[in-house]
Amino acid sequence: MKESEAPCCLGIESTADDFGVGIVTFNGEILANVSSGYVPEEGGIHPREAARHHAETADKVLGEALSKAQIKPSDLALIAFAQGPGLGPCLRTGATVARALASYIDVPLVGVNHSVAHIEIGKLETGSVDPVTLYVSGGNTIVSAFDAARYRVFGETLDIALGNCLDVFAREANLKHKQGMSLGATLERLAADGEKLISLPYVVKGMDISFSGLLTAATTLLRKGENRLEDLCYSLQEHAFSMVTEVTERALAHTEKKEVLLTGGVAANKRLQVMLDSIAEEHDAKFNVVPRQFATDNGAMIAWTGVLAYTHGLATPINESFVKLRWRLEKVEVPWIK
Amino acid sequence: MDKVDSQTLLKKGAEASLFLADWHGRKVIVKTRFPKKYRPAELDEKIRSYRTAHEPQLMHESKKAGVPTPTIFLVDMKNTAITMEFVEGKQMKQVLPHVSMKEKQELCSRVGVLIGKMHKRGVVHGDLTTSNMILDGKGKIFLVDFGLGEKTREIEARGVDLHLMKRALQSTHYQFAEECFRNVLQGYAEVWGWEDAEKVFEKTREIERRGRYVDERKQP
Repeated sequence: MKESEAPCCLGIESTADDFGVGIVTFNGEILANVSSGYVPEEGGIHPREAARHHAETADKVLGEALSKAQIKPSDLALIAFAQGPGLGPCLRTGATVARALASYIDVPLVGVNHSVAHIEIGKLETGSVDPVTLYVSGGNTIVSAFDAARYRVFGETLDIALGNCLDVFAREANLKHKQGMSLGATLERLAADGEKLISLPYVVKGMDISFSGLLTAATTLLRKGENRLEDLCYSLQEHAFSMVTEVTERALAHTEKKEVLLTGGVAANKRLQVMLDSIAEEHDAKFNVVPRQFATDNGAMIAWTGVLAYTHGLATPINESFVKLRWRLEKVEVPWIK
Repeated sequence: MDKVDSQTLLKKGAEASLFLADWHGRKVIVKTRFPKKYRPAELDEKIRSYRTAHEPQLMHESKKAGVPTPTIFLVDMKNTAITMEFVEGKQMKQVLPHVSMKEKQELCSRVGVLIGKMHKRGVVHGDLTTSNMILDGKGKIFLVDFGLGEKTREIEARGVDLHLMKRALQSTHYQFAEECFRNVLQGYAEVWGWEDAEKVFEKTREIERRGRYVDERKQP
């Protein structure tokens, strides 16, 4: 039950394999955060199959979120949705639900950038104010910091995302999604038993990084079968995480900010947390990591970013609510940051 | 072993620390790559040794191509430290915002010429930012910090190098990034000729189209 009389915003996340609904008050109190993940029978995310999953579960997830928050649809003052970046069919499904809901209960609609939302939920939950952020997930690997009215991208992947690199390797190694445990978590557990560091490509170009060569080298060694799987998982993690930590440290030295924030699905990895904590300490900065339930894609982060946007004069009329598949972080207006 | 005296920390960067020191009565920079606690010691040593050994070679090659770089005096592999000439001047990052548009264009076009010459010699810098360019008192532009560079004649590597330059301008000098980058390309083409330069520029555009650079890619 919500404590304050503040208005509520319902946020819909559907950029990739998760369909999530979050309900957040305008004061930043999270009343509900429910999500349903699409698990492919084999291989990676098939956008159309994921979108079908979203359409089929939307009703159930919405209902569950409303009942958790103990409110009626008519109590909502705002609907937010992830407008991009992401997979087209998935985004469109979420947007359709959001438009329908907003017109049905006749409240404003606001489109939210998914990457900004990952940063904002991290700030809300950890109290971080002006961090250098490392956002790592299955679809994104971005080092950013706020400067002159925008989140500026200081470094990013030149090819695949960090989470994608780990997931593809995990699938090649026949690791399976277990109940409540992601592929990344399974890989992390195996890596913890690694003893031998196997040499793999380490690719940092300026502030940018590249994982495709690392993934190819690791999977080639895996197929040869001459190394323990634990050692390979360990070596893959150590190389990949060292690369992102190096570029985050470069951004930290460059911007001279005093906070480091780790967010996105891969933020749940303990080893990566330890590495980032180490560079934060080196530069007298405070290290924060987003809590696990808000690390992966979720509706609460969309709802909260929607609140920030709407209370600072932004809204998205339905006829401008088309999805933006490649909406870059630095193109997003963030008038709530001074 | 030559002795380097009285070191004072000038800058603690992410990749290395720069000390100002005295070497036989000469002002020098000692660039030391200290161990990074976050990565495994084996990997850390490999990265630091590799960069310490390669950086001086790349700087030397560039100098031979007519690109001003600090002269190397000592390479200390045991301490992963390089002693080099101290170039007195200002970083391009500090200069650019305070000069007229005409001077910006002129400086950027000279930077483009330097990058062109360096690439022609088979060196890519790997970290082209306006912090890694120093304008000395006589108006000469030095390129520094070749730690992420490599010797390669691959067109892809050259394309990435120019892409990094563009990105650096956009993140640090977003008000006039476009005009500056246009002049960098102009200078580059002066060295290579437009036909050959265009092949590298096309590679840069291709890298941008790979998906993460929204404006350059058509919406499906």
